[in-house]
Amino acid sequence: MIDIQSLDLTKKDFVTENEVRWCPGCGDYGILSSIQKTFASLGEKKENFAVISGIGCSSRFPYYMDTYGIHGIHGRAIPIATGVKLANPALSVWVITGDGDGISIGGNHFIHAMRRNVDVNVVLFNNRIYGLTKGQLSPTSELGKITKSSPFGSIDAPFNPATLALGAGAPFVARSLDRNMKHMSEMIRRAYQHFGATFIEVYQNCVIFNDGAFNNITDKETKDDFSLMLEHKKPMIFGKESSKGIHLDGNIPRAVEIGKDYSIDDILVHDETDSVISLILGEFTYRPDMPTPFGVIRAVDTKPYCKYMLDQIAEVKQKQGEGTLETLLSSGDTWEIK
Amino acid sequence: MDTTKQIRDMDDVVVRFAGDSGDGMQLIGDRFSSSSAHSGHDIATLPDYPSEIRAPAGTLAGVSAFQVNFSSRDIYTPGDAPDVLVAMNPAALKVHLNDLVRGGVIVANTAAFTGKNLKLAKYDSNPLEDGSLSGYHIYAVNMVEMVANATHNLNLKPKAIERCKNFFALGLLFWMYSHSKADTLKWLKKKFATKPELIEANIRAVNAGYNYGSTMRIFTTSYRVASAKLRQGKYRQVNGNLATVLGIVAAGLRMGREIFYGGYPITPASEIMHEFAAMKRYGVKMLQAEDEIAAVTAAIGASYAGNLACTATSGPGLALKSEALGLAIITELPMVVVDVQRGGPSTGLPTKPEQSDLNIAMYGRHGEAPMPVLCAFSPRDCFYAAYEASRIAVKYMTPVLLLTDGYLAQGAEPWRIPSEDELPEMDIEPVFGSEDFFPYARDEKTLARPWVSPGTPGKEHRIGGLEKEHIYGGVSHDPENHQFMTELRQNKVDGIALEIPPTEIFGDESDGLLILGWGGSYGAIREAVIRAREEGVKVSHVQVRYLDPLPPDLGDVLKRFNQVLIPETNMGQFRRVIQANYLMKPLGFNKVKGKPFRAEEIYEKIKEIAGEKS
Repeated sequence: MIDIQSLDLTKKDFVTENEVRWCPGCGDYGILSSIQKTFASLGEKKENFAVISGIGCSSRFPYYMDTYGIHGIHGRAIPIATGVKLANPALSVWVITGDGDGISIGGNHFIHAMRRNVDVNVVLFNNRIYGLTKGQLSPTSELGKITKSSPFGSIDAPFNPATLALGAGAPFVARSLDRNMKHMSEMIRRAYQHFGATFIEVYQNCVIFNDGAFNNITDKETKDDFSLMLEHKKPMIFGKESSKGIHLDGNIPRAVEIGKDYSIDDILVHDETDSVISLILGEFTYRPDMPTPFGVIRAVDTKPYCKYMLDQIAEVKQKQGEGTLETLLSSGDTWEIK
Repeated sequence: MDTTKQIRDMDDVVVRFAGDSGDGMQLIGDRFSSSSAHSGHDIATLPDYPSEIRAPAGTLAGVSAFQVNFSSRDIYTPGDAPDVLVAMNPAALKVHLNDLVRGGVIVANTAAFTGKNLKLAKYDSNPLEDGSLSGYHIYAVNMVEMVANATHNLNLKPKAIERCKNFFALGLLFWMYSHSKADTLKWLKKKFATKPELIEANIRAVNAGYNYGSTMRIFTTSYRVASAKLRQGKYRQVNGNLATVLGIVAAGLRMGREIFYGGYPITPASEIMHEFAAMKRYGVKMLQAEDEIAAVTAAIGASYAGNLACTATSGPGLALKSEALGLAIITELPMVVVDVQRGGPSTGLPTKPEQSDLNIAMYGRHGEAPMPVLCAFSPRDCFYAAYEASRIAVKYMTPVLLLTDGYLAQGAEPWRIPSEDELPEMDIEPVFGSEDFFPYARDEKTLARPWVSPGTPGKEHRIGGLEKEHIYGGVSHDPENHQFMTELRQNKVDGIALEIPPTEIFGDESDGLLILGWGGSYGAIREAVIRAREEGVKVSHVQVRYLDPLPPDLGDVLKRFNQVLIPETNMGQFRRVIQANYLMKPLGFNKVKGKPFRAEEIYEKIKEIAGEKS
């Protein structure tokens, strides 16, 4: 367990001198503020954070975090972060990526980091569009979407990042929203506390190229009816009056009214450790009749890669003895010439 | 029977073992080399196997071979042409006969010369019987029957008997060249410790081969190659890939840095990954990444976090890594990138060597992206080249490209193990700049920036692919700064030239013909030059380790000679570098056949040029 101690850090300690240059109204501001604040409260020393990114709007993030960090190349934040973590497993390593960087050009790294269970925390800002390159469709853009690269509507079926992560074997998958800073802060904390690979998808509004993409879950009027806030071991209830719930009809999840045909006992209870439930929750995305689940979708404890690596090195050292320059050079079959 | 041996002394012998991929040729080749090395010969070996793992048995495509050159003198190559060809089947004979010296020895396993195999090898009649090999000494032995006789009371299945035939061949060769079989018998006991029946069967096969040689009249003579006058010391055999890994791990231990290796399987570099994976007692962290790009970018991350980081690949993989190398260059992080060159372009000739990645090594990145490029000369030299690449990387805070090739990677030779004192100093001073920490402050001499890793209190900083402001390291789009930083990165790499040792010239210091080589052509060139010089030809040899930057004295050296010839297994990539740098027109000698130069070819070329002049 992490030794939480007071280091008297505040959000300010994580703010750099760099002027933040996202568009006014961009969802990234909220995420930045939330992460700065949360990092200060984790009890981790500031110098132990490394924030790694690729290319895209979200990937400017490291410049605004007064921690160690690398602004890498397009799609490669995850392997860079993997190298940082393996080189120094004591660090708390974070990847900030987007839907283009993380699961288009970097898709291969994403799935492999999840299945390999490398102890890095991946935060993916999903705005369903390419922002920095000025408005092309991304792998999470909906079918039919009009963008600069799809003037007659997208014919590209989208990915659901959470399902992709689950399918790749991610031990920790969560979802949050740029507007809900309190919730996001909690997700960041949970990810920090989880040993192994973690994945947080953050729905993020791009005011310029995809404004309002998440209106139904951000507007006061509609958000309660379209958001399902998950809690471990609690029934999946949502709606303005908390009168709706998720019922499993055979294998098919349905949003139902509680009180008429269904009682609270008919409502599915969330279990972060149940991989079937997590896959069912993943299915809600892109289904207009279902609310969007937020919170920890899956959290299971499995031995992370770093631990395997360090254990193996320690085992071999114990068996063969700590290697020295002398043992290195003289290993194998040797003979003397006199 | 006459068991007195008539022994003839020889200076050096080249033996090639050839058979089906499944016949264990690499194994006995390795055993023969090892016993040769142990008896004090200088040796050089080269495996030659198909890119298919197991092509259909008996076919020409499925032939696997192993060549060893052992000598009482210093040798530089595995030999041009074998004196002895061990052919375990007709396909092996067909594929390799052309290389055998006229009048050479063929040891053939008649058990495999069946109608079916002859057909597979596209022979109309049995070459062992039809007189077509009359120019050679043929020793035709039914090796399978011999092994069966020797092991008759062990109740082995026919398949097991068949599998011991390679050790019969080995035993016979031991007798022919007066090698001791003791080491191999010992080795067999260890190798098959868990399968005692195989120990006995293989020992009997070795003995049967040996005794067959000594008791049969057909072998009138056996040969003896005296020990070479090798330097006193402890030796081991290394191939280029292993030596490369040893060099990097040694450098890491010397620097007191943990070692990180990011790899992805690719022929002929995979063995580097295997060797790193086995280095856990040295704390080596090895990541088999999901692709070449992940392998190099993980190395960049590990480097940022303070490890001596390395990645190795071959041509196609280097192409994939090239964007990431730009990141390593602009972030100025140390890393060793090894390219074990093979025939290209594209998949090309994956198992065959070529020196055709020089262009991509020197120029294959977008933007102004200077990066030091070094090369290795011989299998054992890979150790020193990799050690030096690591030293330069850390001293100058830069990625370094090390070029080896498939020929060096798989070729093996004895290596006198250096003592710790013999290894070059790691003369690396940590750079701290002024009292305040700035990530892009500079060491005045080397222009290196400080290497400060996450976890260090109070020095949090960000680096990345965007242009950096001089000293402070913030993002900068300032035109003057970009000009300055571009020049600075170039100056930093150019400055390495100041510590390149004076160019060593083998032969005369000036006049006549100079053979200028780089990388794995060293052995063939040196052997050819020695031979030509013995015949009075005025020819010298320079082999270049530092390709970028070039040795500062190289231009002057080249201009002292009347003619410069550059042999390379590409279309003239280094020749163009020399032309551009020194405004001179060297002669080219270019071969792209997926094979290294033979000394003979270079010798003939020297004679040709010398003949034209006289």
